[in-house]
Amino acid sequence: MPRSSRGDKQKMAQSPSQLPPAIAARGLHKSYGRAGVLRGLDLDVPWGEVVIVLGSNGSGKTTLMRVLTTLTRPDNGSVLIGGLDPHKLGRQVRSQIGVVTHDPLLYDDLTGYENLRFVTRMFGLDRADERIEVAAERLGLSARLHQRVGTLSHGLKKRFTIARALLHDPKILLMDEPESGLDQESQTTLDTLIRDPATSFRSVLITTHSPERAAAVGDRVAILAKGLIAHTEPIGRDTDPDAIRRLYAEHTGPGQ
Amino acid sequence: MRAYLDPILALVWKDILLELRTKDIVVSVLVFSLLVIVVFNFAIEPSPANVGIVAPGVLWIAYIFGGVLGLTRSFGLERDSGNLRGLMLSPVSRDAIFFGKMLANFLFMMLVELMVFPVFAVLFNLPLWQPELLPIAMLATLGISTIGTLFSAMAVSTRAREVMLPLLFLPAAVPIIIAAVETTGLVLREQELTDLAAWLPLMAAFDAVFLVVCPVAFHFVVED
Repeated sequence: MPRSSRGDKQKMAQSPSQLPPAIAARGLHKSYGRAGVLRGLDLDVPWGEVVIVLGSNGSGKTTLMRVLTTLTRPDNGSVLIGGLDPHKLGRQVRSQIGVVTHDPLLYDDLTGYENLRFVTRMFGLDRADERIEVAAERLGLSARLHQRVGTLSHGLKKRFTIARALLHDPKILLMDEPESGLDQESQTTLDTLIRDPATSFRSVLITTHSPERAAAVGDRVAILAKGLIAHTEPIGRDTDPDAIRRLYAEHTGPGQ
Repeated sequence: MRAYLDPILALVWKDILLELRTKDIVVSVLVFSLLVIVVFNFAIEPSPANVGIVAPGVLWIAYIFGGVLGLTRSFGLERDSGNLRGLMLSPVSRDAIFFGKMLANFLFMMLVELMVFPVFAVLFNLPLWQPELLPIAMLATLGISTIGTLFSAMAVSTRAREVMLPLLFLPAAVPIIIAAVETTGLVLREQELTDLAAWLPLMAAFDAVFLVVCPVAFHFVVED
């Protein structure tokens, strides 16, 4: 069952299903030179849902993420993030989204605390120390806060990257293959964070090539192939990853 | 206003903290600038007859070419671990990011200039205390760090950024460099300081143009 059906949603004055989607992309085109990466992509991410964009290498996942995070302007098509056009109201959109990318977005020569403190200042956040403490505790980083990031393992850096994305309590989380470099324990922590009932109104878009990750946290899977969303389907936490794998093969064909 | 200034100050704080840890920029620029001055000192054997003519050029060659090293590093460290993207994901305007980086570059260049000048003065037998040089150095460094920050952001995305930055930056900085050399010469030759009145407004005018144009151009440089 999609997470949006849980009881705590009833706290919302308006049901998420009545609201315009957290992310609405229509006819997105993006090319680099002659190579078309996105070719008329349509995608909706409803409020409160975890949508998994499943795609192979080179299918356009990272380009899609760059467009949604205001870093790249599409050649054609429109995007609304939280009802706002990211390329006209970029600052407002960026204050609503938390982003986890392949890159750690951390300075190796600063400590974890200093990196997070810098982010709170760039986002103009109050109660900075409290926010840092909470984020570090949730990700099991309290003991590492005053260690230089350059001395941390890839997995710990990734956890700091996730903490960085959560500091401003974003309404929408955009995560580009967040599982890469995480051990099993960290993945479980991440899953718990994504499905945290306290943030059930938060929408999450995750790109991945792993059906196991889709089955672990997704409410809906969107299959990305050749720059288009080939198919979307609601899934539940008890969905068999093999079923997602079959679904993927069915809509992308062999070799994708 | 405070919402605009806070991220600028945060960027400066971050760059100073990184510099205190790594000493990448100040040490490399300082060593390079000192080497230039020492080499020129041996090459031209300064005398009272030629010092006023050649010393201003030597000083600004040391400052400018040393500055290029620091400017290359400025956006290099943002690019290295994807931090430029991190900055772009912050809900602050692109020009606030530009001004934060520019201000940090300005401070590092001024610091190196203040450290290099006493060595220069001793080697070229010039008075150590020359307060008239301070406004000249500040105006020139402001212009250089403004245009240098823009070209540093531009060059960092190219493959040969160490080569590309001086190629882009030096032609654009020529008016400021000429004005800085001329005004420094006036001070070192102890000529009438009223002549400065012609050059300082020119430098200030270039600074003003750079301060308006460069942040606008920065938007286009960092947009994909």
